[in-house]
Amino acid sequence: MKPKIAIRNVSRFFDVKGGTFQALRNVNLEVGAEQFLCIVGPSGCGKSTLLRMLGGLEMASTGDISIAHDNPARPLTAMIFQQESVFPWLTVEKNAAYGLQVTNNWRGAESAERVTYFLEKTGLLKFRDFYPYQLSGGMKQRLSVARAFVTNPEILLMDEPFAALDEQNKLLLQQELGKLWEEFRSTVVFITHSLDEAVLLGDRVMVMSSAPGHIKQAFDIPFARPRDFLELRQQDDFHHLTRQMWELLRQEVEAARAQEAGRLSQERARRNG
Amino acid sequence: MADQAAVSHTEHVAETPPPRKRRLPLPTAALSPLALLILWEIAARLGWIEVQFFPAPTTIAETFWQMTRTSQFWSDIGISLSRMAVGFTMGAVPGLLVGLAMGLFRPARSVFQPLIAAIYPLPKIALLPLILLIFGLGEMSKYVIVAIGVFFLMAINSMAGVMNVPAIYFDVARNLKASRWKMYFTVALPGALPGIFTGLRICVGTALLLLVAAEFVGANEGIGYRVWWAWSVFWVKTMYVGFAVIALLGFALTYAVEYLERRFLPWQGR
Ligand SMILES: Nc1ncnc2c1ncn2[C@@H]1O[C@H](COP(=O)(O)OP(=O)(O)OP(=O)(O)O)[C@@H](O)[C@H]1O
Ligand SMILES: [Mg+2]
Repeated sequence: MKPKIAIRNVSRFFDVKGGTFQALRNVNLEVGAEQFLCIVGPSGCGKSTLLRMLGGLEMASTGDISIAHDNPARPLTAMIFQQESVFPWLTVEKNAAYGLQVTNNWRGAESAERVTYFLEKTGLLKFRDFYPYQLSGGMKQRLSVARAFVTNPEILLMDEPFAALDEQNKLLLQQELGKLWEEFRSTVVFITHSLDEAVLLGDRVMVMSSAPGHIKQAFDIPFARPRDFLELRQQDDFHHLTRQMWELLRQEVEAARAQEAGRLSQERARRNG
Repeated sequence: MADQAAVSHTEHVAETPPPRKRRLPLPTAALSPLALLILWEIAARLGWIEVQFFPAPTTIAETFWQMTRTSQFWSDIGISLSRMAVGFTMGAVPGLLVGLAMGLFRPARSVFQPLIAAIYPLPKIALLPLILLIFGLGEMSKYVIVAIGVFFLMAINSMAGVMNVPAIYFDVARNLKASRWKMYFTVALPGALPGIFTGLRICVGTALLLLVAAEFVGANEGIGYRVWWAWSVFWVKTMYVGFAVIALLGFALTYAVEYLERRFLPWQGR
């Protein structure tokens, strides 16, 4: 079957003061339709950069990315950003409706119902008339989750969407996301720094290397759906998998630290010399 | 979800978020001006200051009261306000459009920005003789001097307003494949509104200054003219009434802009 997303030999260089910085190196990756892919990797390895490319916000320096748009009636991607991204000038409700309205997909009562549905799911229904300045950080993050879901995209791109949430809300939203996905089945690319989260949610988990990032290893997650997260966390297989990933990741995190230290001492040497 | 919903709904509802206190409460704010007035009154009555130059506030108030019962007083205010309104609109609308264009389009920026940067530092009041020369002593010269001052401030502030909209908001729209126009109207414009209102607020003061100055030298009615005329015939109290009216106008207009801002931009939480 033709993959939904195909990334071939993609590298990305950024112009920085005194040269270029390579953020991604020869990334090769395929994501099948309706697959839930999780990406983990050390901080600064290019995860967000990769996701922004899929969201059409960034170009690959070399290589190519092809994404199949199967149903023109649905938007191709909707992105949940790592940083705060809800519009301060719109109320909670209008923020959630934004995606449908801006793409001319607003269908009256049906759309309004959809907005209400996802505000309910994210626990924001009571706050529908609030402006973002009246919300907590976690609530704003949940709002951006709702805004993305409302558009019903073919591909959901999520950049550490739950990282800023408290444990309870995180757990609830993880479960909710799992259920929603099992119900609606879109393609998902999900970045996280939590191995637990990746294994609980994903069909496949990719571990990335330290910068310049590339795919280190992919793990298939064998657990059947629907998944019971609490029960899954008790299983030996689960621990075995996260353990394996952690070993891999630890090398990379250490490498990333060494790199950073190296960059710093180089910098210092240059300044002193 | 039903049982979970209960858990995710436990946030404290910020029914009345604590407002950011930008203004002093009125009684506090009135205290120091009032003290100054009282001191002035005492000084005038006791002859510590020259009442020819600094007439006692109560006598100024009396003159003020008498003047409000003349039609001339109100027609002066009316004519100044209408000059202000016409000049303001003539400057603010093109200023806003040019500023937004500069913020949104690089070509517009490269055309207008050097021009504006070159002319902006020139105190607009210095252009007054030229404007009187070109437009004569009629109404047009008042409109034009106000319009020029307002234009530059609006252009610069609207441009800054657009350019200061964080890139992430454009990313959201771009990711959803919003059309250009949708992006301008749903991101650039609302994001720029606080900057635009800042521009308007600054413009009120500048417009008033330029108008009064223009009326000093090239008019035969209006508040600025009345002050100037009072000086020439040495009606000092009338002059002070003129000052008070100008100050009150400035205050009222600034307040009006702030009111509109709170009204139309409730999302700033002020
Ligand atoms: N516009 C840019 N200009 C220069 N360098 C950039 C730019 N954007 C990202 N980078 C660099 O590219 C690398 C990857 O950044 P990216 O944001 O993709 O990391 P990440 O994997 O998402 O990290 P984190 O887990 O901390 O969010 C970083 O070293 C960053 O400094
Ligand atoms: Mg990131």
